[in-house]
Amino acid sequence: MKSGGPSGLHGPADPGPPSARAPLPDPLLELRGITKHFGGVAALHAVDLTLHRGRILALLGENGAGKSTLMKILSGVYRANAGSIRFEGREVVFRGPVDAHALGIAIIHQEFSLVPHLDVAENIFLGRERVNRVGACARREMRQEAQVVLDRLGTHIPVNAPVAQLSVAEQQFVEIAKALLRENRVLIMDEPTATLTPLETERLFRVIRDLKAAGVSVVFISHHLEEIFALADEVVCLRDGRVVGAGPVEECSRDSLIRWMVGRDVNHAYPPKADAPPGESVLEVRCLQRKPRLPEVAFTVRAGEILGIAGLVGSGRTKMIRALIGADRAHRHEVDRRGVRVKIASPADARRAGIGLVPEDRKQQGLVPDASVAANILLAHLRQVCHPRWRFVDRVAAAELVRGHLRALAVKTNSPQQPVRTLSGGNQQKVVLARALSPECRILILDEPTRGIDVGAKAEIHRLMRELTTRGFAVIMISSELPEVIGLSDRVMVMRRQRIERIFERGEPITAELIMTYATGGHRV
Amino acid sequence: MQPEVTVSEPKRRVWRDWLASHPEALSLLALLVLCVAMLFISDRFFTWENLSNVARQVSINAIIATGMTIVILTGGIDLSVGAVMALSMTLAAGSMLAGLPVWLGVLVGLGTGVAFGALNGLLIAYARLPAIIVTLATMEIPRGVALFYTGGYPQSGLPEPFAWLGRGAVLGIQMPILIMAAVFAAAWVLLARFPAGRYFYGLGGNEEAVRLSGVRVERYKLLAYILSGLTAAIGGLVLSSRLMSGQPNAGIGFELDAIAAVVLGGTAIAGGRGSIVGTLIGAFTLGVLNNGLNLMGVSPYTQKVLKGLIILLAIYVGSYKRPR
Repeated sequence: MKSGGPSGLHGPADPGPPSARAPLPDPLLELRGITKHFGGVAALHAVDLTLHRGRILALLGENGAGKSTLMKILSGVYRANAGSIRFEGREVVFRGPVDAHALGIAIIHQEFSLVPHLDVAENIFLGRERVNRVGACARREMRQEAQVVLDRLGTHIPVNAPVAQLSVAEQQFVEIAKALLRENRVLIMDEPTATLTPLETERLFRVIRDLKAAGVSVVFISHHLEEIFALADEVVCLRDGRVVGAGPVEECSRDSLIRWMVGRDVNHAYPPKADAPPGESVLEVRCLQRKPRLPEVAFTVRAGEILGIAGLVGSGRTKMIRALIGADRAHRHEVDRRGVRVKIASPADARRAGIGLVPEDRKQQGLVPDASVAANILLAHLRQVCHPRWRFVDRVAAAELVRGHLRALAVKTNSPQQPVRTLSGGNQQKVVLARALSPECRILILDEPTRGIDVGAKAEIHRLMRELTTRGFAVIMISSELPEVIGLSDRVMVMRRQRIERIFERGEPITAELIMTYATGGHRV
Repeated sequence: MQPEVTVSEPKRRVWRDWLASHPEALSLLALLVLCVAMLFISDRFFTWENLSNVARQVSINAIIATGMTIVILTGGIDLSVGAVMALSMTLAAGSMLAGLPVWLGVLVGLGTGVAFGALNGLLIAYARLPAIIVTLATMEIPRGVALFYTGGYPQSGLPEPFAWLGRGAVLGIQMPILIMAAVFAAAWVLLARFPAGRYFYGLGGNEEAVRLSGVRVERYKLLAYILSGLTAAIGGLVLSSRLMSGQPNAGIGFELDAIAAVVLGGTAIAGGRGSIVGTLIGAFTLGVLNNGLNLMGVSPYTQKVLKGLIILLAIYVGSYKRPR
């Protein structure tokens, strides 16, 4: 791309938008009439967006609203079919991420874009290595600089460790460090807090505020309204590829933002808790110990209840569940199913014992992304639809079963043959749910069931979970969202350092503060 | 400050992590075990003459395996190396026989390798065809051209100075060994110390990440196949000089030996992880194995079976994973 020399186009002090609210600094970046089609499907319709120097813009919208597409256009990953991008008043065309980088536009992607076997420093410098006179990597220099950036983020990640050996939250910080290293004018963050603990989130926010003070413009995508109120100056809301609302954050309320997102007032209430007396215990974990020197855990789940599992990232919730269903090897595994000891050494055993799992990571563990919706659902139901005599898959029965599931879970899809990756997050999650509900399933475990899912779909998933309990299912839910844990669970288990710190029984008062106290070990102080 | 401290098992964790990032350590151990076993089996093994023979026999496969390592690190594969090698040596021999000076003949050979590497790279990186199919096809084309060009006969009677490349020696060390050492040193520096090397690892580990970091990934894929073509050509020239002829039928199955050396050296066949040092160790493991079986007088047929079994065993041990 042509650099065109120094811009010299710091035009007269002409505020960009016609709205005359408060005097704003010059628009740094203006998107006008951005339209993008994928095949026949329009993802964005004539979207306008203005970003000012040193301001934080929150981009809001349900999954599938077009936020990520818009940001990919802004960072040069996609090219728009129509519309223009002006940077400092000059029209620019991005032919690839390289062109956007050249203008100082950096993006932190929702999916990690790290290389597992390169070390932290190498990942941070990927694509802009510091080189010495002969063109070789200046490794000491890169490690020192990487250390400086990581220190600024307040993390203690070793710069020479391969990224594959880091935890998810640490990887997120490496991703952030990678973007911070560059002299950015615009920083785009696509749900950067999804995997962070509240403490880490606060640290990140401090860094973002510092950047803002240094004149960097930030686009911040989040599903968490409280984060938007805590951080943003302006809000733009997308729905179905159109801008449905925009304005300074002071003029928005929680309710108005939700209305923008879903286009209707959402009853934010959780479905009512179980009123029936607790059912019989269906799963008794007598002793589960993942490794010889780790704590033993024990708990019981009853039919007709939702057991919520809270805890900080890394407290061992997912690992415990994986050991429970035999996905990982457990050192001691003593589990009774309706009073009878069961041996669960693999997910297949767990399934036979009636345990279904909706895993944490839809794309990696939950779905075969390129396969159709029907194929994904059928994966766990093939035996059911086999011809009774000849054992081939009965296509009519299969189609019938898929239709039944799609209807029962209200999955929005054009056709069962649509590749599942083209669905929105909420609908993908429903497909995973349909698959987990094999005919023998009586105990359903959901790991972060509403992560990265929009408000509307979230409420639907919650309703489905409650409905299952009324049909006699036992539901176990791991969640990092405290309102969800409190609003939905009949009982709450709090984990910390691989240990069950506390189980709140029915009727006990549960508050976010209480859970946080146990999750952080505050009760031991 | 981070309040959470994960419960760790310090020693084992450190060892595992170290092993995970140094897969060649196990390969080296395997090679050493093999060598010790050889000491007991044959008293001729540990002689200067035998060892330098092993090194020379290993050299051609090792040279080809360096390029293969780079390609495999990027997550690709190059099946065409044996055929490219044959074409390089026949064209180089042909041009020398036609009266061109030796250095120009060598350049023709190297150019042939680069050209076919570039063809592979263009089809794989820019036309986005799968590497295994592209190189399966380009495994046929150069071989066909070589056979057509020579009529199927070896071209002998190469000019005497050319023999230096394969039969000469500097400071008592045979040229093929020196060339192998030079190729490895260059590849090691490239992979470990240059941005391009980091991109090769990155391409195999997470191509999208490298692309989104603003790297023009196609160029580096192209470069990887060009380098593979180049090392195949170097291997071809060394072989040609040793035989003092251009052989259109040379190099059949060499791609498999090269892949075996790479994998024995601990490089992940899916890419992203491995090392050039490992490949050298892998190539020597194969060489010592051959040598040992020969010294023991094992029939070539049995040798093939044993070699296959040992490769399987080595890879099984090397793929030692954390318990699930």
